[in-house]
Amino acid sequence: MSSLLIKNGRVIDPASGLDGPADVLIEDGFIQGVGRGLDRAGAVVFDAAGLVVAPGFIDMHVHLREPGIEHSETIETGARAAAAGGFTSICCMPNTVPVNDNATVTSYIIERARQCAAVNVFPIGAITKNSEGEALAAIGSMKNAGIVAISDDGRPVMNARVMRRAMQIARSFDLPVIDHCEDLNLSAGGDMHEGVPSTRMGLRGIPASSEDVMVARDILLAESTGARFHVAHISSCHSLNMVKFAKQQGLSVTCEATPHHFALSDADITAYDSSYKMKPPLRTECDVAAVIDGIVSGTVDAIATDHAPHPGSEKMQEFEKCPFGITGLETALGLSLEKLYHTGKISLRRLIELFTTGPAGVLGLERGRLAVGAPGDVTIFDTESAWTYDVNRSFSKSKNSPFHGRHFRGGPVATIVAGAIVWRQDTVGT
Amino acid sequence: MAFGLLGIEELTRAEVESILQRARFFQPLQMQPFKKLDTLRGKMIVNLFFEASTRTRTSFEIAAKRLGADTVSITASGSSVSKGESLVDTLNTLAAMHPDAIVMRHAASGAPHFLARHLAIPIVNAGDGTHEHPTQALLDALTILDRRDALEGLRVAIIGDIAHSRVARSNVHLLSKFGADIVLCGPATVLPAELAQIAAGVSLTNDIREAIAGADVIMMLRVQLERQHDPPLSAGEYFQFYGLRLEHMALAKSDAIVMHPGPINRGRELSSEVADFQRSVILNQVENGVAVRMAVLERIVGEQANGAH
Repeated sequence: MSSLLIKNGRVIDPASGLDGPADVLIEDGFIQGVGRGLDRAGAVVFDAAGLVVAPGFIDMHVHLREPGIEHSETIETGARAAAAGGFTSICCMPNTVPVNDNATVTSYIIERARQCAAVNVFPIGAITKNSEGEALAAIGSMKNAGIVAISDDGRPVMNARVMRRAMQIARSFDLPVIDHCEDLNLSAGGDMHEGVPSTRMGLRGIPASSEDVMVARDILLAESTGARFHVAHISSCHSLNMVKFAKQQGLSVTCEATPHHFALSDADITAYDSSYKMKPPLRTECDVAAVIDGIVSGTVDAIATDHAPHPGSEKMQEFEKCPFGITGLETALGLSLEKLYHTGKISLRRLIELFTTGPAGVLGLERGRLAVGAPGDVTIFDTESAWTYDVNRSFSKSKNSPFHGRHFRGGPVATIVAGAIVWRQDTVGT
Repeated sequence: MAFGLLGIEELTRAEVESILQRARFFQPLQMQPFKKLDTLRGKMIVNLFFEASTRTRTSFEIAAKRLGADTVSITASGSSVSKGESLVDTLNTLAAMHPDAIVMRHAASGAPHFLARHLAIPIVNAGDGTHEHPTQALLDALTILDRRDALEGLRVAIIGDIAHSRVARSNVHLLSKFGADIVLCGPATVLPAELAQIAAGVSLTNDIREAIAGADVIMMLRVQLERQHDPPLSAGEYFQFYGLRLEHMALAKSDAIVMHPGPINRGRELSSEVADFQRSVILNQVENGVAVRMAVLERIVGEQANGAH
């Protein structure tokens, strides 16, 4: 019997409302107790004095690139980066090679994760076969194999009729539909948000309307089908307003925001540096403010990274040739503390919600809380220590981050999965 | 001036003035029977053109040779780029041969800026995608100043496919630094409202007559057939609404000049009569190109020789 006792921390568990000094005891992979003055003979003790002890963080949107694109990332390296970012569970998008559009691929990912991943990995299945936007994937069998949602992330379903049918099927299997909302005709050829900076740099723009029209379409389809619809990486002011409206109507509509969409605007882009190239693109300062407002007001349900590794050889090119996407697992908490907590926009409890009960609620995962009997996943972080992100020391196979060299105040200290410490910061303050 | 020349936007007014002043020194040289100096003797300048170009490439080559430099010109079709080599690898390979500057044209906006961050060699931007074409704006300014005392207060109409024009962007930045009144004109599909915010003194109109009214300078842009992904107007309609015809000239100032970066498409963006019009200075622009590029190369390669970077 293995025991881990986390002592003297400030335990914040949004699910139970607990916020105060307490110890957490994990035995054989499950939470055994949360309370003051816990003791257990033979337990490994983790002294969390001065630190925040939270339920294990969940990142509901990552790209692990395995199978098929292992030169960018593997389940093993992506999971390590997740652990170093304080995440105990990650959900991987299906755009691998082959696409995760059937139970065999789903089972492969789950088995690989069981062998080599430091954190829990939950696959997301494709909506359509090969994510081609036409015939529906084997959604029911993937659900049985272990997927937690469906999405054609990166290759959005353009045909509204197909999306409507997907929502009907998803509802039948009680799965949320996650859409990367982008009208590919409106965004075609674009490299960054359409605005003053794109006009100045002579780069083709991706208008905010390319996101907005799809959010509108999907909300209407969600209403008519009764499906649970989740907007991936929401980035525009209008889209946030529409999600807010949908929630007010009582629809099962949720959304996630990425740290880069609340930390950076298109005015922050270093000209032609592909570490700033992603979809949706960094939008205007107004949109950034709207994302933060959505986080504060509750329109945004989760913070997700959209960790999208690409090797240097692909990012070291002319801007218009580079693939979209940046890594994000290791900087998510630091950015959230900087932009949301230290600015006084939200409390620590709300911040933790966005990483725990928020995504768990969207996906229906029995995680993200410190209740007795729950999986022994814990994220320990501090809010004050100064550190600098060095992308060259990243656990990810890829180094495409715009946050290299950024100074942070507060970040992850230790990551515990099923009672085992899977990552621990070497020294605080490096 | 910064290392190399990537764009007009990042130059100061004083830097532009200094280049123009030096270009004026080189202007008379172009008429002399013996045109060659030895300022850059022993220097090697590589012209790397990933996009078709006749006048810019030739002009840079002549400018370098008249300064006494040796030049090598490479075009994408005959180079390792067509064998799939990446841009960074191509430039690294060339840099390993230690040229003193690389003059480059590329179809991707920002390609020279991206390379400048990774290479320790001065890069002169000879046109990057739909972003900037700094030496074109410099030679345009020189051409205007051959006929006017100052750029300040001049009303300059730039007409055509503004969104896709690197010539327009560089000219907007240059003219704005000198306090000109800049009117950009074209159909809304190629005239995004954001253009009014990229520099001071810029206004927009979709009406060519409004743009020309009271203008001192009319700059016509080439219809960028190769960059228009879905052309909004047919060629005939384009000329009807945005082509410059002789009758338009009555709306402009009586001594207004007509400019065009070339190559001109007669009957597409301007009528043949306007192209040959006495106040059309299109060939003067070409002539000034050599003097301006001599000034730029002398500055950049000379600077490097002095260890100024």
